[in-house]
Amino acid sequence: MNGTDDQPAAEVEPLLRVRGLSKHFPVRSGFRNRSLVRAVDGLDFDVRPGETLGLVGESGCGKTTTGRMLVRLLEPTSGTIEFDGRDITHAGRRELRPLRQNLQIIFQDPYASLNPRHTVGRIIAMPLQVNGIEPAGGTKARVRELLEIVGLNPEHYNRYPHEFSGGQRQRIGIARALALRPKLIVADEPVSALDVSIQAQVINLLRELQRDLGLAFVFIAHDLAVVRHFSQRVAVMYLGRIVEIGDRTDIYERPQHPYTRALLSAIPDVTKLGPAGRIRLAGDVPTPLDPPSGCRFRTRCWKAQDICATEEPALVPRSGGNQATACHFPESGPVGPDATGGPRGDGSVGASVEEVAR
Amino acid sequence: MDRPESASSGQPERRPSVPEQQRGTDGPYLRVSDLRVRFDTEDGVVRAVDGVSFAVERGRTLGIVGESGSGKSVTSLAILGLHNAKRTAISGEISVGGRQLVGLPEEEVRRLRGRDMAMIFQDPLSALHPYYTVGRQIAEAYRVHHPRAGKREAKQRAVDMLGRVGIPQPARRFDQYPHEFSGGMRQRAMIAMALVNDPDLLIADEPTTALDVTVQAQILDLLADLQAEFHSAIILITHDLGVVSQVADDVLVMYGGRAVEQGGVEQVLRRPQHPYTWGLLSSVPSLHGDADADLVPIRGNPPSLINLPSGCAFHPRCRYADRNGDRSRTEVPELRPTGEEGHLAACHLSVDERTRLYRADIADVGVAR
Repeated sequence: MNGTDDQPAAEVEPLLRVRGLSKHFPVRSGFRNRSLVRAVDGLDFDVRPGETLGLVGESGCGKTTTGRMLVRLLEPTSGTIEFDGRDITHAGRRELRPLRQNLQIIFQDPYASLNPRHTVGRIIAMPLQVNGIEPAGGTKARVRELLEIVGLNPEHYNRYPHEFSGGQRQRIGIARALALRPKLIVADEPVSALDVSIQAQVINLLRELQRDLGLAFVFIAHDLAVVRHFSQRVAVMYLGRIVEIGDRTDIYERPQHPYTRALLSAIPDVTKLGPAGRIRLAGDVPTPLDPPSGCRFRTRCWKAQDICATEEPALVPRSGGNQATACHFPESGPVGPDATGGPRGDGSVGASVEEVAR
Repeated sequence: MDRPESASSGQPERRPSVPEQQRGTDGPYLRVSDLRVRFDTEDGVVRAVDGVSFAVERGRTLGIVGESGSGKSVTSLAILGLHNAKRTAISGEISVGGRQLVGLPEEEVRRLRGRDMAMIFQDPLSALHPYYTVGRQIAEAYRVHHPRAGKREAKQRAVDMLGRVGIPQPARRFDQYPHEFSGGMRQRAMIAMALVNDPDLLIADEPTTALDVTVQAQILDLLADLQAEFHSAIILITHDLGVVSQVADDVLVMYGGRAVEQGGVEQVLRRPQHPYTWGLLSSVPSLHGDADADLVPIRGNPPSLINLPSGCAFHPRCRYADRNGDRSRTEVPELRPTGEEGHLAACHLSVDERTRLYRADIADVGVAR
């Protein structure tokens, strides 16, 4: 089965369709006192063939849990995942096998995700063996080809992971994910453990693979600048929910959700020297054990009103476009160094947010 | 419900970009000259730091930038005397507040450490003891250097510090354990511990790397506020050029245990003179500019300190290494003035040639733009 052939890139059925996806983990706190961590709580999104959806958010927002559910390493609590027109939400072992060929994952830690006692050749050939696939020309030739695709020396298939640097190991993980010619790759923080100069190499490699092989990606990352360079669409998550989703230019140039704006303005920008005019969000992300009522962001939001505590805002498109925002009081206008779109010094709201003068 | 930021709300809302000079008119508080740190290992001698010099005045922040294995963390450990003395050979000069630290007996370095100079680590969870309450650990750090202080005084001091770094309900938080703190709160607690003795020199090693961006912004603001208040000299070690551009006054770029470029933050980030600095700048993804353009990474990998390339350690990765014949391979470049005051770079290319290459190849790429 060859998944990379004949995929028109536009105006097609989504490759991945996710509706109402949730994952709740039971936790025990104290004696017979069970409660639920709502790690992911009702996600809707699509990924089209050949497209990258970036999932961004801070730790604990549920982005990794989402990625693991997509490749069925975690069983969803509710909701549906449709891949290539088939409902795979609760597919069993046997049904999953052909599915896994089309759906692969790259992990964050290039040190923990490769078996140190296997040669690189064996690691990359493993998905082929497990699925009983004998590529034309032999497994060894395919492994060499894969090593070459990811920019490693094909003669190194006999080496062990410890002989490679972090960036090279991440390339090995990518080669393994490509072995079965998948249609979609879930990449969970694939570059965050790498040095800056190596990060750029791997991002460029992923972009090249997407161009050449027509791969779709769900790209999970906390670094918004990295996501911007690899995603056509971006979903911003907060406490298990998508608060804003849209095309890249919408999210980065016309963000409507206060959280997206705060996130963008918190990134230290190399192009600006000195203290930045930025939205200073107060406090930490609340615990998903007991998320705030209504809008989950309201405890840190400078625009929060009474309605935000009582009514959860729906993720709805504004202005009829591709951009959907879950906020009662969405912002408009660009985010810039001089128009951060932050609070206007109106300190009447509970969460104290300061705009730092430049 | 926590009311974060409450403690810092009483502090100046503006962060002065250049803190006004108060004390410290008598030269830099920290002066490091020709620092060399060597470890003997089974595989050979590791020259972790090989001839690095810099100075930090009170009220100013030096950003040390480099990738893994560049020697940036070893430099800071050597200043604090936290290296393993049996395995490590240190030479050069480290002068803190006029006192020479290299060669000082361990006992005396210990007396300075925590009082005159303190460190903030990347991972607060491994720097805080899980068995003791946060407050107890901070109070202990105070009593070590104030042996005559009573328990009550130390506790009061610790509670004050917790409040000072923006931890809500500090008196209640005093009795909690590190695991009861969130990541950002833990980092604040560690900053409180580092500052409890009013150190004049604060070394922060990747203090925000483990934190989310919104929390990172809080911590960077906090450090700047505290610096304005206490007028301490700060060394900030990081791989994140964005963080450097925001908080540093001066920058030192390290590669393979050596300084390859140093100068004012504007000089190094706006008019960079070393091809390695160019590479760093052009490989960082930016929030502006063309998102569809490929990044321009530095080819190859950072070198191993055991087996450094000959000559200029950067030459195997440098696009311009061939322009000087064999010089890059055979001769270690000296740090030389670039023509701007205080701006130094270690590169065999002439200043004119670098300026021309930078304009032609780099200035339009990535964040260097």
